[in-house]
Amino acid sequence: MSDRLIYFFLGLFGLAALVVPLLPIVLARFIAPKRPGPVKEQPYECGMEVEGDAWVQFRMHYYVFAILFVIFDVEALFLFPWAVIFKQAGIAGLWAIGIFVGVLLLGWVYAWQEGALEWEQ
Amino acid sequence: MGTVIFPEWLNTIIRMVIPMGIILALAPVGMMYLTWLERKVIARIQDRVGPNRVGPYGLLQPLADGIKMLTKEDLVPEGADRLLHFLAPVLIVVPALFLFTLLPFGPGWVAAPLKTGLLFFVSIGSLGTLAIFMAGWGSRNKFSLLGAVRTAAQLIAYEVPLVLGLAVIPMITGTMDLGDIVLAQQGRWFITTPWGAAGFLILLTAGLAEVARTPFDLPEAESEIVAGFHTEYSGMKFALFYMAEFLSTLALAGLLSTLFLGGWWGPVFPGPLWMGLKTFLLICVMIWFRGTFPRFRMDQLMGFAWKVMLPVSLMNLLGAACWALIPGIGGDLMSLILVFGAFLITTQLWLAPKPQLTKKWSSRILEQP
Repeated sequence: MSDRLIYFFLGLFGLAALVVPLLPIVLARFIAPKRPGPVKEQPYECGMEVEGDAWVQFRMHYYVFAILFVIFDVEALFLFPWAVIFKQAGIAGLWAIGIFVGVLLLGWVYAWQEGALEWEQ
Repeated sequence: MGTVIFPEWLNTIIRMVIPMGIILALAPVGMMYLTWLERKVIARIQDRVGPNRVGPYGLLQPLADGIKMLTKEDLVPEGADRLLHFLAPVLIVVPALFLFTLLPFGPGWVAAPLKTGLLFFVSIGSLGTLAIFMAGWGSRNKFSLLGAVRTAAQLIAYEVPLVLGLAVIPMITGTMDLGDIVLAQQGRWFITTPWGAAGFLILLTAGLAEVARTPFDLPEAESEIVAGFHTEYSGMKFALFYMAEFLSTLALAGLLSTLFLGGWWGPVFPGPLWMGLKTFLLICVMIWFRGTFPRFRMDQLMGFAWKVMLPVSLMNLLGAACWALIPGIGGDLMSLILVFGAFLITTQLWLAPKPQLTKKWSSRILEQP
């Protein structure tokens, strides 16, 4: 069976799988009571009156992590094709991938030195 | 009377549709009984009885929970993004269901025998982050948003060691087809090799963090951020978040037993039974963790991912390479030394007291003229 056919059926599976979450939601819409009220619909804030909006700008102190994630996740993706042919590629392939990973690891050491890996400074 | 021969296309459709239908029907049931099992086991750990009122041994408890969830009012906070608020629980369940189509439950018992199954599993599995962020943003609640940001940080941090830890499998087997990976473990389960044991531990840790279970359940740390990204969810939508969590836990246990515990290989009993048994044991281990481990702190969580898991999983790759290239006991030793050495060194560096760079404020005031 070709992979393309399997992907086609996986797509169909995705459509069919939508039923699993949608069916109970729709059922609940008919069964569950609906008594909205102004106090009930306030965002939860531990019973206190709501103070300000949640959609404001605030400091995301992990954008450095996000950048590091992109670097290392792409690296991991590049590792997979090499991993599949690892035995044919042999020592030469190991050297090549070693240099590739090594360069990224240098960057990782630098990031650690600069304190980019600390959650809160 | 002869055997009925279906035309080729009908055969294909039947082969694909029936297993997928079974998965769609059984996965929610499996998830419901997982909640029952978890409550029972944790109750025993905590010296309680657990659910025992609804049906024998409380076996109908999940059903009662389902009915209760159905009859609860569905609240949407004022000013929320209604579309995102609605889509998030739907979109978190669908990828979790996809994971089961890729797992081989027995010889040839796999719904989607993809050649790149391993990579597809990871990519589908990481889609949940998007839904979680949609939930957090769409709720327009500060706790939800903080919880979503925190969850995203955790999931992307542990994604890296997870993917790197998986890469040892295609290195040794030369394939990413999950069925072929199980076949490759006929003589020797991968957990008995040094790189396999290390890879199993890495994947168990990173996987627990990916499905946000104890000790990595910071996304729902109720003492800090109420219920995290699903603070504003009630009724059935709330139940769907739990469904996704339990489904991915089940899929994680299935993946671990496929990759390292030999999948459906085992003596005497038929394959699917072995696969089920191994998955069940792993689930029990995860529940046991939940009953005994305290929660990580956020900076510990991130530090552990970036400073320990990342180098250790890279060293495990090198260890696996050494194991494959050096024959005999030398490769085993080399692999062990690399991983264990990396773990010892990185944990020491991670836990070392940080150098005090800035002076204390009192000395700075004294210096001023």
